[in-house]
Amino acid sequence: MTMENLKYRFDGGKPTPGVAAIVGVLGSGNLEVMVEPAALGGACEIEVSTAARGFGAIWQAVMGDFFARHRAGDIRILVNDAGATPAIVSLRLDQAIETYTAKGQMPKQMPKKEK
Amino acid sequence: MPNPTEKIWDHERQRRNQKLARAASALGASQRDKVVPADMAVQLLEAVLEPGDRVCLEGNNQKQADFLAQALTRVDPARVNKLHMLQSVLALPEHLDLYELGIAEQLDFSFSGPQAARLARMVGKGQIRIGAIHTYLELFSRYFVDLTPHVALVVAQSADAQGNLYTGPNTEDTPAIIEATAFKNGIVIAQVNELVDKVPRVDIPGDWVNFVIPSPRPHFIEPLFTRDPAQISEIQVLMAMMAIKGIYAEYGVQRLNHGIGFDTAAIELLLPTYAASLGLKGKICSHWALNPHPAMIPAIEAGFVKSIHSFGSELGMENYIAARPDVFFTGADGTMRSNRAFSQAAGHYACDLFIGSTLQIDLAGNSSTATLDRISGFGGAPNMGADAAGRRHASPAWLRAGEQARSQRPGIPRGRKLVVQMVETFREHMQPAFVAELDAWKLAESAGMPLPPVMIYGDDVTHILTEEGIANLLLCANAEEREQAIRGVAGYTEMGLGRDLRIVENLRDRGVIQRAEDLGIDKRDATRDLLAARSIKDLVRASGGLYQPPVRFRNW
Repeated sequence: MTMENLKYRFDGGKPTPGVAAIVGVLGSGNLEVMVEPAALGGACEIEVSTAARGFGAIWQAVMGDFFARHRAGDIRILVNDAGATPAIVSLRLDQAIETYTAKGQMPKQMPKKEK
Repeated sequence: MPNPTEKIWDHERQRRNQKLARAASALGASQRDKVVPADMAVQLLEAVLEPGDRVCLEGNNQKQADFLAQALTRVDPARVNKLHMLQSVLALPEHLDLYELGIAEQLDFSFSGPQAARLARMVGKGQIRIGAIHTYLELFSRYFVDLTPHVALVVAQSADAQGNLYTGPNTEDTPAIIEATAFKNGIVIAQVNELVDKVPRVDIPGDWVNFVIPSPRPHFIEPLFTRDPAQISEIQVLMAMMAIKGIYAEYGVQRLNHGIGFDTAAIELLLPTYAASLGLKGKICSHWALNPHPAMIPAIEAGFVKSIHSFGSELGMENYIAARPDVFFTGADGTMRSNRAFSQAAGHYACDLFIGSTLQIDLAGNSSTATLDRISGFGGAPNMGADAAGRRHASPAWLRAGEQARSQRPGIPRGRKLVVQMVETFREHMQPAFVAELDAWKLAESAGMPLPPVMIYGDDVTHILTEEGIANLLLCANAEEREQAIRGVAGYTEMGLGRDLRIVENLRDRGVIQRAEDLGIDKRDATRDLLAARSIKDLVRASGGLYQPPVRFRNW
């Protein structure tokens, strides 16, 4: 099965410095998201490679909401998708941008809850 | 001699006696007391079955009368034909072979999980006539009204020579079937795994049973209710957090039933961690109508659970259950006694909440697991997932749901069951859970059904929970609001993208729709670290080694 490649560009974000980061795994129903800094004049470029063809409109909506949430510019995002649902995609994107901006620190851990 | 003009009132008993006489002559000396050797099973069936008989072949959700099902496929169709089969579950290929072989003609059933696709094909070809697809309670009820079996082919763990049966942890449907058959002139034949001098306990008295056949192999049984925690996703953890905080805590749900699936397993595994951290121990989830899900072990060990009554058992849980008689219903011998009919009634009348998943939901909240090429039936969900209109006793959760319903539709004070549909907006392979029209409509048309097979009707559903939030349908003023509330949690599906943003935001302001953040839940906290067990091995450890999972769930 051939992969489908989708490209999105969102202008008008705020320049967001960080260290290249990768989250997720390329397993069935999951995906891998890489974020890296890129001089794009405040834009955010996203490239998706997915095994599930024909869902361009949904990717567009998911990515548009992601950009609206973070307004992160001057970054490039690469997505390798193995059939993840939009819920998982949104979650991984949020985790990826958070890891990227944490500048090499560990991602936020769940605060341990005590009784 | 009876007076020939006198009306005869025991036709059925005479017919049963004739059948028993034919059986005695066919079996001859091979029968000792009630025990018939396995190699005489076909002869016995040919002796007691007449064309057109109603035959209840015990196919449960879990245990199967598989030896008797195979024997039935080997009877001579010239002698035994046009049978009307009654089965709660169609699970084995033999259950459908009967129609291809010309032995059976009509079927009344509840659930056909593994055979759903073949059943749809056979119905399409006119090979099988379906009377109706029932819920479990509905089918059992008809055994006592207009579908009383002439012959019941049942399955038990052990028997003695007098026919006393030990059905053990997986008693399931057996008492309901035998009660209807034995007391209305029917014949009961049981296959058993072993013949013993004395059964551990008498689950069915011997004088309700006509024949006992020691089966060459133990009966088939399926571990249907085991979910490996390793496969629970972060999205399911998030949804479980919303269920606990947004619904269980909100209404103080103490008595409930969970459908089976990873979504509900996630809730069970969050009770001793997340729910405990919210101070909910003792305030929610004390009493259950539920199969003994292995995922419940950590919650039971943490003292969350006071009681569980079960429809059936679950392979591997036997020793754990036997060691927790304060929680489970057990016999004097120590093993569990399940009973599908009673547990279904308990789930319908004595539980305040049902939560379960489905394949499709439409914009009125109707849900269905039927798809065009599969006739899968209903099982128990409709009994659990329906307001019990005959209920009269009050509880805080029931009263509060009733109050919310009356806030939109005033009327005399009464309570309301909480019926929650919990779905991710997309299933695997990007199949949307929200649709404009249920596939059930097309299936009804192609299979000639009188109604689309709806599992849970929209007017019974109180909440829809997705990764995007909770829609409280009780608080919707009219059909339009209801549709927008559903669209408002339907995510990126076509139904979700088609929402009216203004109305949805208004519904959110009024608390009809609640997002994770509205509930004070930080999505970043939704990690697998919150699960009280993250693998089957963790469950074994939590049980102190009492849980012994079937081999296929062991990966260590």
